[in-house]
Amino acid sequence: MVTEQDVWKALEQVYDPEIPELSVVDLGMILSVDVAPDGKAVKVVFTPTFAACPAIPVIKEDIAAKIRELLPVESVTVEVSYDQPWNSNRITERGRQILKQRGFAPPPHVTAEIELEVLHTVPCPYCGSTNTELQTPFGPTLCRAIHYCHNCHQSFEQFKPVM
Amino acid sequence: MDPKQEAIKELLIKMADDQLIIGHRHSEWIGLGPILEEDIALASIAQDKVGQSYTLFQLLHDQFGTADPDTMGFLRAENEYRCCHLVEYPNGEYDFSLIRHFLFDHAEYHRFDMLQASAFEPIRGIARKFKSEIKYHILHADVWVRRLGTGTEESHQRMQAALETAFPLALGIFEPSPYEQVLIEENIFPGEDALRQRWLETIQPILEEASLQMPDPSSIEPAYGGRRGYHTEHLAPLLEEMSWTLRYDPEAERW
Repeated sequence: MVTEQDVWKALEQVYDPEIPELSVVDLGMILSVDVAPDGKAVKVVFTPTFAACPAIPVIKEDIAAKIRELLPVESVTVEVSYDQPWNSNRITERGRQILKQRGFAPPPHVTAEIELEVLHTVPCPYCGSTNTELQTPFGPTLCRAIHYCHNCHQSFEQFKPVM
Repeated sequence: MDPKQEAIKELLIKMADDQLIIGHRHSEWIGLGPILEEDIALASIAQDKVGQSYTLFQLLHDQFGTADPDTMGFLRAENEYRCCHLVEYPNGEYDFSLIRHFLFDHAEYHRFDMLQASAFEPIRGIARKFKSEIKYHILHADVWVRRLGTGTEESHQRMQAALETAFPLALGIFEPSPYEQVLIEENIFPGEDALRQRWLETIQPILEEASLQMPDPSSIEPAYGGRRGYHTEHLAPLLEEMSWTLRYDPEAERW
């Protein structure tokens, strides 16, 4: 019979459409998983990284499709919720490692509202130097900022801190 | 519907309309921004606004059974929109767009900050989410208002002139709703007066740092009417353009 753990395992194979390998679990997007007592119906609630993220419907479909593909369930419900809104601290340690491997600086852990200061001297994902500069907090997608590394002379993207 | 429900509905519709219209205005800068980074910034801010508008229309649909977000956003009659005049004005020059973005986003930031504690529970998490997104919009606006306010003689003069044009329009954000008392008594929203007060306290020191003179709000007639469906001549053509594709084939399943 399908268990909650099986569903979580399946969700680890649902990826950010733009960063394959980075799962919705590592992104911290999953708020809850419920399995009916008979194991035949599953409900997943997730929260988007940004309200205007155009990947929301894609991720919603991907979650349902992956669960149907991997698990013997009769119905899957996927809901979007803002009850516990996403913040960048929800990204797991594994998620941060994957981001770095793919050339994205992970967001710093934030405890207060974002100010421009936390966006400066972000460690470069290529060389590790903090001799870096924020170019613009608005990058190619809503969740990324653009920085420049003065040490290795490369631009790099950062997953933006959101609190 | 009881007054409390009407009050919440009215509040959500005007917020969604403001976000939708200013989002479209910002999107008109795409390809025309003064520098590439500004193009991207305004495009991102536009995307956030339209997405937030969508989220509010979806909430209205789920909670109050209003039409789906596309119908609400694109197919209502002009006088059914509840946006303020500030968001309707054409972009004009970059100075006006920037000062409008500054004045609007500081108001929105406080509005959603207040709504985090609303007695209308479904808005709380959404308000928290939007506030964290709008924070980036404010950081953007503040940097440029300070930079251009204290830049050259020309940039300073243009920012000051734009502020004087936009300020009466911005005061129209706080046009009282017919349900103001209900919203306050039911702890749904502390009211437009309270919001206006917080807004003034926030923008004044930033404008001072930018060497800009804030007009005296008590000597200005605010641009009211938008919240009751009376709009400037700029809204109808904008709606026409925004909804043209959808009106062309309302039954289309894919675009």
